[in-house]
Amino acid sequence: MTSEQSSKSSSRNGSNHLLKRVWYSTSVPVFAVLLALLIGAIILLVSGADPLQAYAALIKGSFGNTEALSRTLQKTTPLIFSGLAVAFAFKAGLFNIGAQGQLLFGAIVAAVLGFGIHGLPAVLHASLALLGGALAGALFGAIPGALKTYTGAHEVITTIMLNYIAINITDYLADGPWKDMTPGNIVARTPKILDTARIPSVAGLPLGFLIALIFSVVTWWLLRKTTIGFEIRTVGLNPNAAKYAGIKVAKTIILTMVLSGLLAGIGGAIETQGVVGRYQPGFNTGLGFDGITIALLGKTNPIGVIPAALIVGAMKAGSSQMQFSAGVAKEITDVIQALILFFVAADMIVRWLLRIRAAEEEKVTLSTGWGQQ
Amino acid sequence: MYDLRTAAPWKYFFRRWKGVFIGGIIIFLVIIFSYIKNSAVTEAVLASAVRQSTPLILGALCGLLGERAAVINIGIEGQMLLAAFVGFLFNVWTGNLFLAVLAGVGMGALLGLLLAFMSVTLKIDQIIGGTVINIIAIGLTGYFYKVGMTTKGKLQPIPLGPLAKIPIIGTVLFNNPPITYAAIVLVFLVHYILFHTRWGLRTRAVGEHPRAADTLGINVYFMRYMNVIAGGAIAGLGGVFLTLEAVGSFERVMTNGRGFVALAVMIFGKWTPLGSWGAALLFGLTSAIQTQLQFGGKVNIPHQFIGMLPYLLTIVVLAGLGGRARPPAADGIPYEKE
Repeated sequence: MTSEQSSKSSSRNGSNHLLKRVWYSTSVPVFAVLLALLIGAIILLVSGADPLQAYAALIKGSFGNTEALSRTLQKTTPLIFSGLAVAFAFKAGLFNIGAQGQLLFGAIVAAVLGFGIHGLPAVLHASLALLGGALAGALFGAIPGALKTYTGAHEVITTIMLNYIAINITDYLADGPWKDMTPGNIVARTPKILDTARIPSVAGLPLGFLIALIFSVVTWWLLRKTTIGFEIRTVGLNPNAAKYAGIKVAKTIILTMVLSGLLAGIGGAIETQGVVGRYQPGFNTGLGFDGITIALLGKTNPIGVIPAALIVGAMKAGSSQMQFSAGVAKEITDVIQALILFFVAADMIVRWLLRIRAAEEEKVTLSTGWGQQ
Repeated sequence: MYDLRTAAPWKYFFRRWKGVFIGGIIIFLVIIFSYIKNSAVTEAVLASAVRQSTPLILGALCGLLGERAAVINIGIEGQMLLAAFVGFLFNVWTGNLFLAVLAGVGMGALLGLLLAFMSVTLKIDQIIGGTVINIIAIGLTGYFYKVGMTTKGKLQPIPLGPLAKIPIIGTVLFNNPPITYAAIVLVFLVHYILFHTRWGLRTRAVGEHPRAADTLGINVYFMRYMNVIAGGAIAGLGGVFLTLEAVGSFERVMTNGRGFVALAVMIFGKWTPLGSWGAALLFGLTSAIQTQLQFGGKVNIPHQFIGMLPYLLTIVVLAGLGGRARPPAADGIPYEKE
């Protein structure tokens, strides 16, 4: 029935083809978010809060004024990067749950370069710290890639284990050799980075956000318009076919993980240089997991990651306001996020509810279990 | 053709588990040696190893039940966490530990049902499905947990009469709280069910060659649903172990990756209950030694480095076995009826 309807409408007017494609590819994420908000409202009602008041406070806290908007963009920036990291790995059929750990390493290395080096001009210092963070993330991302290609250890488990290892190592560094030694400080954190290493905001617009937008486009270009991108996507679609086509699958997998870690590392570095101003354990938790939701909400498309990250970033930016003025625990946004992920993953449910046809788009093998090598 | 499996089953068994035997003997000798040097500490470490292995073996049993029926369960962590929380809540509300355990197990089963629905009926990518469960569990427990809820007691050790008086073995194996006993019983129960009953044969058939099983009239979907739900219940038991037996209260994200370590335990144990038990005990021993080092205060290593031992061990185990361990043939692949 649905296909009949749509074929009629397409014969009636051929020029809205592009519009239809956009509708097909965005309707599921949009409705997934709406459904998640609806169920979130029910949970709020059940737990005795007023959902309308809560959501109003959430929106006010994230888009209400220029300050709120600036905060939303700040929160969105690392999310774009962790979303890109996860989405990028998905393209090669790899599930990088380790964006969290890669991000932590990026954040702490950027902090060290930020407070440890003196006398550089601002642009150079900031770029150097950013580059350091990117490389740290890339190196940490290379580990699960190498483990997968050389030993067959599945990246889902190794990346999660590496997250815990990263938390421990960065905690040790921030509480040991790189600890902030200013008198009176007892918490584990690094010293503040120099002003020359900071990534500032210009007229309320965080420059980090611009960098994130640029990297989204670069990632899209890399995947779509270059040989490397083609190889990565081919490996993701069918590793065996890729092998017979002469693509070095092992090299591609490691490269993918390196670049994925690089993206996460930049996200961590920008969090340090643009938001926190130092490395402090506990400030960046959960960003890696958010990346999974964002990557899937953006349909693993580097450009789609931007609006997806904006939605999650807005929830993060507004949640304090919601807690303050509506008395609702911040964690409800985690529940809503999980529901978004559920409805995006279970797009069959949304399609069935709304009678939407599947989009004619490139299929992505999101990940492979250990049985499907 | 000469097949070692049928011609010399014991020889085959020994060859297959050679590494485990050698490792076991080395560990056994080390234990004897340390017992002679300091019996009290050795007993404490071993007893703690058995208890620390409990959530891991329960998680691994959950994982292998699902995977024997070809459903990968990456959501064990979330199942344990939410079950731990629900068990904790029931303990706070009712003060009845038995009810609390039941509630936690029920929650685990419910999440098993959700995973089965996602991976068997909706045919979502199973790794994503499990991740959904993990993130939902973190969100819900974070939202509903209020600091200051106090529990009413926790499960206490039950010494098994004269057995508990045997040196080492008695204190280590026969003086445990109920869920630890239950875990040991479940290891043998799941082994029996998987390898010696019709149900187990069907489960394995569904995991190895669902098409053939379907042709023979086995309901593939039903078997997958049942095994994943049963697994969820077992993971739930592992969850309530944390709140009702080990700690006695709830903390945010208290599972701390145990659900994922359990998957490594399962792979290390080659998808068998007995093998997984051995692996879980090894991991438990590492954790116990780690705790001893951390609080024994004799070694001067930063605690973070000791803290990451179990995670490093998991990676080493996976890297060492990754290529050789063979999962069920249809593992992770949704089944399409023709």
